Amino acid sequence: MSEILHEYVEKLKAENAEWVSDVKDALGEVTITVPAGSIADASRFLRNRLEFDLLADICGCDRGPEEDPRFEVNYHLFSTIHHNRLRLKVLLPEDSPNVSTVTHIWRTADWHERETFDLFGVKFEGHPDLRRILLPSDFDGHALRKDYPLRGYEPYSMN
Amino acid sequence: MSTAVKDIPSQFEVMDQSLESQMTLSMGPQHPSTHGVLRLDLRLDGELVIKAIPDIGYLHTGMEKLFEYKKYQQGIVITDRMDYLNPLGNNLAYVMAAEKLLGIEIPERAQVIRVLMCELQRIASHMVWFGTSCLDMGAMTPFWFTFKEREKILNIIESASGGRMTPSYFRIGGLMMDLPAGFENRVKQFLEGFPDALKTFDTLITGNTIWHSRTKGIGIISKEDAIDWGLTGPSLRGSGVSLDIRRANPYTGYETYDFEVPVEPDGDVWSRFMVRMRELRESHKIVQQALERLKPGPIKADAPKVVLPDRDDMRKHMDSLIHHFLIVAEGFNVPPGEVYLPIEASKGELGVYMKSNGGPKPDRVHFRGPSFVNLSALPVMSEGEMIADVVAIIGSLDIVLGEIDR
Repeated sequence: MSEILHEYVEKLKAENAEWVSDVKDALGEVTITVPAGSIADASRFLRNRLEFDLLADICGCDRGPEEDPRFEVNYHLFSTIHHNRLRLKVLLPEDSPNVSTVTHIWRTADWHERETFDLFGVKFEGHPDLRRILLPSDFDGHALRKDYPLRGYEPYSMN
Repeated sequence: MSTAVKDIPSQFEVMDQSLESQMTLSMGPQHPSTHGVLRLDLRLDGELVIKAIPDIGYLHTGMEKLFEYKKYQQGIVITDRMDYLNPLGNNLAYVMAAEKLLGIEIPERAQVIRVLMCELQRIASHMVWFGTSCLDMGAMTPFWFTFKEREKILNIIESASGGRMTPSYFRIGGLMMDLPAGFENRVKQFLEGFPDALKTFDTLITGNTIWHSRTKGIGIISKEDAIDWGLTGPSLRGSGVSLDIRRANPYTGYETYDFEVPVEPDGDVWSRFMVRMRELRESHKIVQQALERLKPGPIKADAPKVVLPDRDDMRKHMDSLIHHFLIVAEGFNVPPGEVYLPIEASKGELGVYMKSNGGPKPDRVHFRGPSFVNLSALPVMSEGEMIADVVAIIGSLDIVLGEIDR
């Protein structure tokens, strides 16, 4: 399994070496760390040329306020043709957690990106409708950040 | 001829005027056919849906935050409450992700029981879908028949785990406990009666002309759109894509079971309906095969630092007592790493992203709920349809808000 995945990594590197800043192979899963600026280009190549046509999931992750870069965004790619999976990872600093959207490549990214924005405050540049999805629109803060307390800052009221 | 050409713009004008007078209808969150607390912002022109905007989050309970504050084994009970129609599937995805991080091998008997229980749960979940989607479209009778079958399965699950809706039967490293006496007979009894129930459903609904006219050609999504919108499970297979995670990325030994992956080509409500109806027969087949494979053996992995010891062992062995105390009081440490583990739940691909930084609590747990993604494609299917068909389309997607909002 992972040999085929490494072939994809090589193809991605051959297309543009700057897209791949790190490759990790652990537990049978290959993770490619992509610079925040090239996620859209790398995604387009993976989708159109390497047939990763289904974006299974996007999920954010907070490494903690003391870490730099603080945020991770994980893209779980899947191919309905050859049934392989690949993870792209983007690392984002705390002061500017901005990454370009992939909604124009996989439309399913729409709600995933809204969720990540809602819970982590990661801004997806170029997203057509980036607003909160799970929490109310007037909610204060981003609930899944590590420095957000479990029970919130104060009881939330719907007024 | 010249008058006809003139007529066309005037017709457009009429349409434009009606567009200006379009109405916004808030459907839900307390609408019975929205399967929970989904709100749809519908822009209507008469009965025609111009725009549909789903509004979710009414059931958000911060489960993903809660996982980070609970030990790995405590997280299992949270997963029950996500897709509450398919709790064993959620349990399975969660425990398998943790097992992958820990590198634990599960004994054969536990694997077979997991498959058996998950397929029973899939039938139960499809029973609710079938009953409620018929109910949405005005057919009340099937509901009573489907809930009768579901009741039988819930009784079977209760006999094994003690819980009907919240079994938490799968544990990291195996099962909560072995199957009770008489379990196999109960399942056999259910399997014998189920084909007759399927016949009843077919008589009531599948051959019904009213049903055909309500479902055929409604809510169409093409193969390319379905993949682009990330549909999975029966909703994707209803658009002619033969993709089943049990076949594509097999887990718990699904590659050794003999079953078909039903596919329907049209991408409408009818296709999605037929895929699920055929899946019921396949699940029935898998349960039968799993029952034949059920041989005595251990149900817990040989990992004393992770799996709770048997009560009997604790009375006799000092080290078992110590392990029990440590697992309950402090939990177990999971090696650092991250996994994404997909399974085929009753509604589609249920993926768990789990990240550990070495401690007894996960650093991050994220659930990719199939209902969440399938619902996001609702606007594509319902725009341009009648308002009564939106209800049919929601029913055909088989959504559970507990999983969407988490």
